Amino acid sequence: MIQFQYTRATQPKAAVDAVTKEKNSMFIAGGTNLVDLMKRGITVPQRLVDINRLPLKDIKKEGSSLRIGALALNSQVAENKMVLQSHPLLAQALNAGASAQIRNMATVGGNMLQRTRCPYFYDTTMPCNKRQPGTGCGALEGYNRMHAIFGFSDRCIAVHPSDMSVALMALDASVLVTGPSGDRRIPFADFHRLPGDRPDIDTTLRPGELITAVDVPDSPFTKNVHYLKVRDRASYAFALVSVAAALDIKKNRIEGARLAMGGVAHKPWRLAEAEKFLVGKPVSEATFTEAANIAMQGAKAFKHNAFKLRLAPNSIVQALKTAAKLV
Amino acid sequence: MENFFDKVAGEPIDRVDGRMKVTGKAKYAAEYELPDMAYAVLVSSSIAKGTIRRVDAKAALRAPGVLAVISHENSIKVPAHADNEHPTEPPTGGQPFRAFYNNKVYFNGQPVAVVVADTYERARHAAMLVQVEYDKEKHTTSFEENIGSARIPSQVKKNPKSSLADYDRGEVDGYKKAPVVVEAEYLLPNEMHNPMELQAITAHWTADDKLTVYDKVQGTKPTQAAFAKEWKLPVQNVKVIAEFVGGAFGNGLHQWPHETAAIIAAKMVKRPVKLMLTREQMFYMVGYRPRTWQKVAIGANPDGKIVGIRHEAIGQTSSYEDFTESVLQQTRMMYTSPNVSTRYRLLPLDVSTPIWMRGPGEATGAFALESAMDELAFKLNIDPIQLRLINHTDVDPDNGLPWSTKYLKECIQLGAEKIGWSNRSMKPGGRRSGEWLVGYGMGVGCFGAHRGAAAVRARLMANGTLQFQSAVTDIGPGTGTAMVQIASGQIGISPDKITFQLGNSDFPQAPNQGGSATVATVGSAVVAACNVLKEKLLGMAASAEKRFTDVKMEDVLFSSGQISLKNSPSVGVAYTDILKKENLPEIDIIQDSKPGTEGSKYSKYSFSVHFAEVHVHALTGRVKVNKVVSCADAGTIVNKKTAGNQIIGGVAGGIGMALQEDAVMDHRFGRYITKDFAEYHIPVHADVPHVDVIFIDKPDYIIDPMGTKGLGEIAIIGVAPAIANAIFNASGKRIRELPITVDKLV
Repeated sequence: MIQFQYTRATQPKAAVDAVTKEKNSMFIAGGTNLVDLMKRGITVPQRLVDINRLPLKDIKKEGSSLRIGALALNSQVAENKMVLQSHPLLAQALNAGASAQIRNMATVGGNMLQRTRCPYFYDTTMPCNKRQPGTGCGALEGYNRMHAIFGFSDRCIAVHPSDMSVALMALDASVLVTGPSGDRRIPFADFHRLPGDRPDIDTTLRPGELITAVDVPDSPFTKNVHYLKVRDRASYAFALVSVAAALDIKKNRIEGARLAMGGVAHKPWRLAEAEKFLVGKPVSEATFTEAANIAMQGAKAFKHNAFKLRLAPNSIVQALKTAAKLV
Repeated sequence: MENFFDKVAGEPIDRVDGRMKVTGKAKYAAEYELPDMAYAVLVSSSIAKGTIRRVDAKAALRAPGVLAVISHENSIKVPAHADNEHPTEPPTGGQPFRAFYNNKVYFNGQPVAVVVADTYERARHAAMLVQVEYDKEKHTTSFEENIGSARIPSQVKKNPKSSLADYDRGEVDGYKKAPVVVEAEYLLPNEMHNPMELQAITAHWTADDKLTVYDKVQGTKPTQAAFAKEWKLPVQNVKVIAEFVGGAFGNGLHQWPHETAAIIAAKMVKRPVKLMLTREQMFYMVGYRPRTWQKVAIGANPDGKIVGIRHEAIGQTSSYEDFTESVLQQTRMMYTSPNVSTRYRLLPLDVSTPIWMRGPGEATGAFALESAMDELAFKLNIDPIQLRLINHTDVDPDNGLPWSTKYLKECIQLGAEKIGWSNRSMKPGGRRSGEWLVGYGMGVGCFGAHRGAAAVRARLMANGTLQFQSAVTDIGPGTGTAMVQIASGQIGISPDKITFQLGNSDFPQAPNQGGSATVATVGSAVVAACNVLKEKLLGMAASAEKRFTDVKMEDVLFSSGQISLKNSPSVGVAYTDILKKENLPEIDIIQDSKPGTEGSKYSKYSFSVHFAEVHVHALTGRVKVNKVVSCADAGTIVNKKTAGNQIIGGVAGGIGMALQEDAVMDHRFGRYITKDFAEYHIPVHADVPHVDVIFIDKPDYIIDPMGTKGLGEIAIIGVAPAIANAIFNASGKRIRELPITVDKLV
């Protein structure tokens, strides 16, 4: 068997030290993705540092934000009263992901760090620049039904699979990390990266850095929100397209809007131009349709995912309508 | 004729082995632990065609616990393989795949080596260390690009009278003369066998020439015969155990490469060897419902009367075996039509061999035929139900024979009422529920009602219990439960005193569990055995109770463990008392049973009609199957609970066919892309609505003494077109290529 060391840390600093000390070390939390990757020989760490005992599970109010510990379980966050009250969009997105069993194991930090589900990434006999840089992108000329329509490069057209991250992107969250050179805060929009010429790197985390929490700032988006996930079956499937929509509506007028999409890019895809357009407009299907058209500018499809050019805008309209309670 | 139907009447008793299954006491092929067991893991080819230049096993052999790395370079020669004959005569025809026979690669994922180690984990790791070098050749895996190479199946060349041969009734292409014609092409993707239990085998050479296998198969006797032939052993030297099978659906009707690999490995390492496929390996080497292109043309008069049908089908097969299935039979016999032409062809590709999958052939054919019927109904502006009734036939137009029984009209009527067919709009898109378009669709299914020959051993014990043994397997429908109920009804012993042992080739002969024939086949042997026991009991009854002297069978009742006089029911004698009086520890018999000649005067089919209410989201194209009603004409229903479960399972499979299942291959590599449960979707609970199951429950005594007809296949046949037709009715979109996913509707 492939040998690896396993250690358990009880404090963040010790965990960071342990991972920094030895090359090819990784944190493991719920393991719902990492263990699969190890079984297939896609990720071969020499040392696993188990962080499940770090005191990072709390969900608490911190100033004008809700601070969600990196080790809070997806299921705990989804049913947390403060989350349900102040960020129902996040709870909806969490419940759209995976299965109840997986949500009971998966952590918030791990959810953000899950790797793409591109089948070329998982089949080690096939080319994949993300798994093995320089081998080419199997999906580019291959079967790319699930793949990106925004922000891809000729090296990689994979999409990020997380639902939770789409909501966090829309909610302007930020990621708190600690590492060998201290603590820092990464705006959620800067956390995941586009593939460019380095699709093997998913995030802007530096070596040895550990996610400790996610801050979700208070917002008026507590009522008119909707997470729509369109997938190939009713549950337990990755998104073809998903939309996190949040509206602040006063007297049938949109005061503020947040929109992000999943299943369309290498990272959760924020629709800033469409958000800007929506502000000040009346609540109507026509408004939403126009916003969707703005959101889709620059989208480009491949052989098997052209349907996303229709599905994505329609899903945006549907999510906005549902958020606005037009349906 | 005994009236079995009145005696049993479908008591919904719990499964006799239910407790064993839910408490883990039921043992499946990979769960047998033998002393000194070794574990095997396959190394699979990463190319689709070519030759193996070299198998570098050095690193694997150095890994801890490894006992052997076996490939064509060092494998013992399987006796029948070495003779270059067709050793096992695969049920599909052609040359069977011979594991480790030579350096040729016929399909991607083909086993090219097997690693044996002292633990599973060590074998798995070492398998990853085996390096295989290939000389690649250009492979041909794309169905669409090569459809022009489709040819007549070899079975038809050998036997021009085969049911797979070109068929013309009346005038060739007579449909063309009709005033109204619909003509369309339909496509089904490869659908992979994914029963819950993975394919697994534990192979044990108990002596140099004696083999025992614990194997996931649908027949212990056919498997025994196949391995005896392959290893040139006397049949009795091979023992096959398949006491529990975790779903099979046709997957276990063929011997596959991994089985021979495990048997070779066990022979070479001189230890019992266990081998279980991974889920991904299930996609590559153990059969699937083959990709099939179809074209249907129906010509009709404006009043709906069909003038002619032409139905063509081309199915995918491997380069080394001709797998065929009956795709076109329903077209020949379901509707009265003076002119019918069918054409069936195969397209060999560099892929592994397909195999029957629930509702084999007919489920594929029914998707095209029943969709085309819906298209015709729409074109004629006739209700699809009415169109079926207009073209209903009371004799089989294929052979002119009367049906043994056929209650299809009743099925249609009952199902239509239950689903609320009167709510259906004739105009597509005519009904809405909020943002969802609501549609109704229906599809008819049928499957030959078969019965074969089988024997059972029956032992009536002095304590009044009754034990049966049969080599038959139970792949999930609840065979043991049904047999216990049949016996109980026949001999008057309560079900809790009857046991039915199965899944062992040492037991009396039974065919594969397949083709929905098990209850008719083995149940008939149970009835025959009970009748013999009853005669023996009556013959001895007088010794326990004088009033039974010279009493005839028609004058007595067998009930509650005793014989009693019909005209004076208080006079009775318990079976236990008879055995005691005769000083017998048991009555032990083996009784066989086979269909008589009466059946050849009839055409014998089971029928089903499936109705679906489907919602299509207007904006996003999402589909929800909101309600399904399935009505089955399957003769006597032995157990309404297990039979109902079968229908629900078939409907779930049909939802998968209609909306989800799609094994996509990247033809640059000849490798599947959707080969795990994240990418290859099958329905989850949330996809399967409430299914109303209606049984006609009228006996067909032409087929067997219980009056049963097969049920398992018709549970799925017709479901996919019912859903596709409902989607059309809801949205106006006619999707002729399965699965009907969001991308085709948005």
